[in-house]
Amino acid sequence: MSATRSDIVATGSKLSQFVDWIDARFPMTKMLKEHATEYYAAKNFNVLYVFGVLAMVVLVIQLVTGIFLTMSYKPSADDAFASVEYIMRDVEWGWLIRYMHSTGASAFFIVVYIHMFRGMMYGSYKKPRELLWIIGMLIYVTLMVEGFLGYLLPWGQMSYWGAQVIVSLFGAIPGVGETLVEWIRGDYFISDITLNRFFALHVAAVPLALIMLVVMHILALHETGSLNPDGIEIKEHKGSDGIPLDGIAFHPYLTAKDLVAIVIFFIAFSAVIFFAPEMGGYFLEPANFEPANQLKTPEHIAPIWYYTPFYAILRAVPSKGFGAFLMAMAIVLLFFLPWLDRCKVKSIRYRGWTYKLALTTFAVSFLVLGYLGLQPAVEPYKTFTQIFTVLYFSFFIFMPIYTRLEKTKPVPERVTYHHE
Amino acid sequence: MSEKSGLNRRHFLTVATSIAGTAGLAMTAVPFIASFQPNARAMALGAPVEVDISKLEVGAMVRVMWRGQPVWILRRTPEMLKHVDEGSAPLADPDSVEPNQPAYAQNEYRSIKPEILVLIGVCTHLGCAPIERFDIAPADLGPDWVGGFYCPCHGSKFDLAGRVYAKVPAPTNMVVPPYRYLGENLIIVGDDTGVTT
Repeated sequence: MSATRSDIVATGSKLSQFVDWIDARFPMTKMLKEHATEYYAAKNFNVLYVFGVLAMVVLVIQLVTGIFLTMSYKPSADDAFASVEYIMRDVEWGWLIRYMHSTGASAFFIVVYIHMFRGMMYGSYKKPRELLWIIGMLIYVTLMVEGFLGYLLPWGQMSYWGAQVIVSLFGAIPGVGETLVEWIRGDYFISDITLNRFFALHVAAVPLALIMLVVMHILALHETGSLNPDGIEIKEHKGSDGIPLDGIAFHPYLTAKDLVAIVIFFIAFSAVIFFAPEMGGYFLEPANFEPANQLKTPEHIAPIWYYTPFYAILRAVPSKGFGAFLMAMAIVLLFFLPWLDRCKVKSIRYRGWTYKLALTTFAVSFLVLGYLGLQPAVEPYKTFTQIFTVLYFSFFIFMPIYTRLEKTKPVPERVTYHHE
Repeated sequence: MSEKSGLNRRHFLTVATSIAGTAGLAMTAVPFIASFQPNARAMALGAPVEVDISKLEVGAMVRVMWRGQPVWILRRTPEMLKHVDEGSAPLADPDSVEPNQPAYAQNEYRSIKPEILVLIGVCTHLGCAPIERFDIAPADLGPDWVGGFYCPCHGSKFDLAGRVYAKVPAPTNMVVPPYRYLGENLIIVGDDTGVTT
């Protein structure tokens, strides 16, 4: 069933002897078996199951392009903006490396949002995968921090004022707020000092944390095993060889499928880089083509698209403290999903109409709030923002009730092939 | 030595070294956390700024930088002061109860001399820069507008003393920085030693 070393490398050959030499000193074959050739996942994965791998591909793109960008970028208030222009105009292929990095940031959030929604559809956060979900949420939050820190680096108008808005959110914390804001900035305003430390955090501290969390996420996944669109545990039906009957080895079966997804991803990714790197102002905002000026606020401050649902929630209430609290809660509540959802059935295929309706409402609210977060704070946007903020929170607040009362369908014993 | 007393000794050593290690780690963290604070150079650059307002005309506003923030100095006209007096719109904190100004500016006009307004030109919502809108009843701000400051980011409105309108995102009045007069027309922003109410 599975391809192990003995299948590819003839016993007694020079290569085999070399592998044995390594295995006596480092658990190479053991790790390959545990995490690839003898890691079994369900055979009924659908297209939504490629986004975890795609997120790792984007992580590698960001790490490689990021390292090359630091070689030409200068993290000082006087030089930062000009050094980005220098990368774009003078550095050989600098424009491509930068566009890969800026497009990669948006691509990261696109694949992560789909990956998370997949988890919500098929109940991937449910017992025994609570920690897997929480580690994933930590990756998401770390990613948001990483994106925010990186956004200051080009030192454009939107970089500057976006950082100003977000950093001052900490001022809403009672008592310590103002001191904390000064501590984060290291100055009385967003200055050269702030830029320099954001650079250090963006290129060293946060990526390290991100990589560690990703490793933990994969280890936790391989401990519990991947779920599947039917939301059933394949480990419960094992053959005489101890291999799940509905399982196929990650390598070569699922890697082959993932490679196709990666090729398609790169086609789309390249299309954006070469034909629409600014994506009409959504991936690279127009105001950021102007150097930072602390005496001039842009007419309209909107964060980059992947933060806009939360930005809309921040603006939904006319109180800075409460708005900041709601925005934090919009993320914090996601961590508690494994315990808010009281339904035993995992996959949406066998869940009642209540959860289907709730999840659809949640997804629509998230998208609409994302749109509203890009709009100026005037009517009718304000009212709509409030309505969809209420809907967003209803999904979580009423979840223990509607999931307990849910009328579910019978769950099959073995995986099925649906065409959704 | 019995096996039990050996284990006890090891338990004691583990606990003792863990406590000592944690305490050492906490103390070592102090310089790292403190290194994030504004340093001596940042504080020196944040020193007070002198402004000569002898050439500032009635109704005109001048901007200076102090600690990287725009400070506005506006010489208000008698009409402007009249609007401040009358309270042109419902205000969230008309009497400046919240401590967004030094005690000597906690008065009707939020200033030391009634006509000279000194404000930090930063919106108290999320730190944007409000725009001075001294025009009366413009189309976008409505017929009741008698002049003030408007924040383009999230629509907060402030009157001609920097007092925030009710029901706008900004929670408090705009901040009056510490300042004092060195002479008839010389203001120092960021230093108010010796100023009393």
